[in-house]
Amino acid sequence: MLAELGLAILWMAASLAGLQLIAGSFSLTKDGDGLGAIVRPVAIVQGVLVALAFASLIMLFVETDLSVKLVADNSHSAKPLIYKIAGTWGNHEGSMLLWVTVMGLAGGIVAAVERRLPERTMMATLAGQAFVSLGFYAFLLFASNPFQRLSPAPQEGNGLNPLLQDPGLAFHPPTLYLGYVGLSIAFSFAIGALVTREVGPAFARAMRPWVLGAWIFLTLGITAGSYWAYYMLGWGGWWFWDPVENASLMPWLAATALLHSVSVLAARNALRAWTVMLGVVAFSMSMIGTFLVRSGILTSVHAFAVDPRRGGFILALLAINIGAALVLFALRAGTVTEGERFEVTSREASLVFNNVMLSCILGIVLLGTLYPLVTEAMGVKVSVGPPYFTPMSAVFAVPMLVVLAIGPMLRWRHDRFARVRAVLAMPLGVTIVAAVGFALGGVRSPMALLALSLAPGLGVASLLPLRGRHLARAPLSLWGMVVAHVGIAVALFGMGADAAFTQQRLLAASVGQSTQLGPWRITLASIEPVAGPNWTALEADLSASYAGGAPVHLHPQSRTFWAPPQTTSVSALHTVWNGQLYTVLGEETHDASSAATPTGRWQLRLWWKPFVPMIWLGGILVALGGLLAMVSRVRQDLKRRSVRTRSRERKA
Amino acid sequence: MIRAAVCALALVAAPVVALADDTMPPAPYAYRQLDDPVKEAKAQKLMETLRCLVCQSQSIADSDAPIAGDMRNQVRLRINAGEDPEAIRQWLIQRYGDYVSYAPRVTASTWPLFAVPGGLIVVAAAVMRRRLAKRKNA
Amino acid sequence: MSNEVNPAKAPRWTLWLPLALFLGFVVLVAAGLMHPRDTDIDSQMIGKPLPAFSLRAASDGRDGLSTSDFRQGKPHLLNIFASWCVPCGVEAPVLAQLQRQGAIIDGIAIRDHKADLNAFLAKNGNPYQKIGADDVSAVQLAIGSSGVPETFVIDGKGIIRYQHIGDIRYEEIPMMMQKLKDAES
Repeated sequence: MLAELGLAILWMAASLAGLQLIAGSFSLTKDGDGLGAIVRPVAIVQGVLVALAFASLIMLFVETDLSVKLVADNSHSAKPLIYKIAGTWGNHEGSMLLWVTVMGLAGGIVAAVERRLPERTMMATLAGQAFVSLGFYAFLLFASNPFQRLSPAPQEGNGLNPLLQDPGLAFHPPTLYLGYVGLSIAFSFAIGALVTREVGPAFARAMRPWVLGAWIFLTLGITAGSYWAYYMLGWGGWWFWDPVENASLMPWLAATALLHSVSVLAARNALRAWTVMLGVVAFSMSMIGTFLVRSGILTSVHAFAVDPRRGGFILALLAINIGAALVLFALRAGTVTEGERFEVTSREASLVFNNVMLSCILGIVLLGTLYPLVTEAMGVKVSVGPPYFTPMSAVFAVPMLVVLAIGPMLRWRHDRFARVRAVLAMPLGVTIVAAVGFALGGVRSPMALLALSLAPGLGVASLLPLRGRHLARAPLSLWGMVVAHVGIAVALFGMGADAAFTQQRLLAASVGQSTQLGPWRITLASIEPVAGPNWTALEADLSASYAGGAPVHLHPQSRTFWAPPQTTSVSALHTVWNGQLYTVLGEETHDASSAATPTGRWQLRLWWKPFVPMIWLGGILVALGGLLAMVSRVRQDLKRRSVRTRSRERKA
Repeated sequence: MIRAAVCALALVAAPVVALADDTMPPAPYAYRQLDDPVKEAKAQKLMETLRCLVCQSQSIADSDAPIAGDMRNQVRLRINAGEDPEAIRQWLIQRYGDYVSYAPRVTASTWPLFAVPGGLIVVAAAVMRRRLAKRKNA
Repeated sequence: MSNEVNPAKAPRWTLWLPLALFLGFVVLVAAGLMHPRDTDIDSQMIGKPLPAFSLRAASDGRDGLSTSDFRQGKPHLLNIFASWCVPCGVEAPVLAQLQRQGAIIDGIAIRDHKADLNAFLAKNGNPYQKIGADDVSAVQLAIGSSGVPETFVIDGKGIIRYQHIGDIRYEEIPMMMQKLKDAES
């Protein structure tokens, strides 16, 4: 019953989205004024209904209703509750329902709270949001119905891959989704503003919290995904420029640029058309990324079943959505005036530089990700990987980081470089000292040296905007910027340290054997079998002592699952203040002459990775900076609103 | 990113590649480093940029597939014998095509990969110039 | 992505640039969707001589294999296989059929134990003239093969003429025989 109810609610929500589109569009015409009144309520109800539909799908998963095909295919009655819930979005249909749910809720919230923009722009924005949603509703209802029944119902579900039953992997996809879909609001605002040509500070202020919010989730999602790849894959890699990774990076790059240009627009009423363009691009990148991951068009083994029909559907969807937005942009952007002017040495100019560099990096990531498709059309197979992406993005990232150190110190509109020159001596000095120090210390890789010397200077420079201020009274938004920029420096240092200082030891060790790895003395104390709920494992007891200190114990496992039968390595990590010890237990080695003769020696893979956790610590700081900025902006907005209401009351 | 989830699933769902596995012990240098740390570092750097042929989206430096182990063995043996890393890359490209190397070369079909970033620099410079050259009339 | 910052001053056509780039993307991926990706990795060694190798005998019943075995003037099939590979067992009767039609078949067993291979041959038949053991996939890598089973056509001068990826099906027998015939000239 619940499945039919969920489907009915979903249909109702879809019809309301249609109504929202029609009413919103008509209200923009001369005689459609009266229709405008229903658009906001419709948007709110649409959001509530689609959330109910999603809630009923979650309920079906919680109850493990095996007569629903999706549940039977992806769940199992004996799964822990948390993975039953996570199973809701751990598949194609459920994740698309999550997508429209977030879109519907975001649209509903905008309709409920946003009162600053001219009503015509709001109508156009909500119509735009409904237009994009409708496509996804159609996709759900016609090509991937999550509520489809299965008859007869099977005795038991197929279950979820045990490897995916990891708290991290359960919540990493929805975090990214919140980011992807949050950007749809920026997209709709951009559409609304293009339709009514109302691009200004009010538009920027309305858009900013949404961009910030989406960007925080994207940052967290990418950081978390990188860390899970790092510990799950068992080889210590944290970023490989894989198409799936790039698909999440591209919206982040666009959102980061948008975040900064929106600040210029809000503060200085400049960069109007550019900001609108980025609003369109950011969500387009979300859709393109999702398409690339789902369609299986690129060589990246991925989590969802490849179905060319679905790929075609999503492609048609994004061709319509993005194509329409870009046509609108081409027709209207010429009439959106440029806005205020500014000079080379001004905060705006450095933000423009940041935007241009981020866009270039985005261009390169997109090009490199898609290029194998281009050559395949010519009949040649190529691979584009880290040796291309890393230096190519550094070409643009390094100048951007240099400007990042200077920009926040400059004043809006116009400034003299002489004013900040003295202050900048300190970060410059730190950078030079770090460069010389690390070069003499034996760092040979140019990329690593660049990262390791830029990062400390950047860290110092990021703190400089706080100088001379009463720290407790500095605005929260300033703190947000400082924390986020320090986070970039911290992550950069971690990346450089990984490339420069990582030490690896592969060995076949017998019990009792010791090895030295950097400052660590590591002994294989024992190998014991252990059993889990649906697996058995061999577990090593590694005793590791840092520089002769008291030993710590790490327990990497070689784990064998029964259904489906597979063996995986479960790494064990130990974090100290200056790095992470990373250990993996492989298989027992065998004598070359016969498989039946074990040697009593076990493959161990050990890494000492100095300062590597700074990569993810940096990511968390960046997200935290975003959160501070968002809290500050929302508080400001609320204050402004209450002032406005009060003054209106006084007038009345 | 989602690669962890992804590889995990690939293990379950890949019916094409991993139909069965051999029981042979890994090649001598599949899981063993070269004694000379300089040579090992060279080998490691090269292995990180070579594509594992059966696992689609991993380098041979971080794959447990047997053929990746055999490729590591080849790379380490050749480096140990004094061969230049780029010569080894060429040797593999001669056999498997450019697909095997994550470092694209400039060829008739890949030149845009290198021309576009150059073009982006020019465009970026032009945009910055046009945007900022008007300070006098502000 | 246009780097359009100043539309008021920019030429009109630049505003259409993002749309043009996006349409290019749509065409590209639409073409990609319509032609499903071919996951085979073709050897680039076609037309080149077999690399020099000399492999010890992989099984009890057959000699080992070396490059010189392919320079005897007659084309051979070189089958890359293994006892642990399921499609290789499926392919075995097809190879037997090819042998009955006159094909000379040599084998290279990848990462295989002698006992396992003996059992495999006893069960599935042994169409091979010689079988070399490649314990670390060295020859496999040298000829640009990326999996098992694969079958190469080698002409009488030891030049690689054709690569077949995956198991040979019954309906492909005439095609393979034709390839062998082509390799005679």
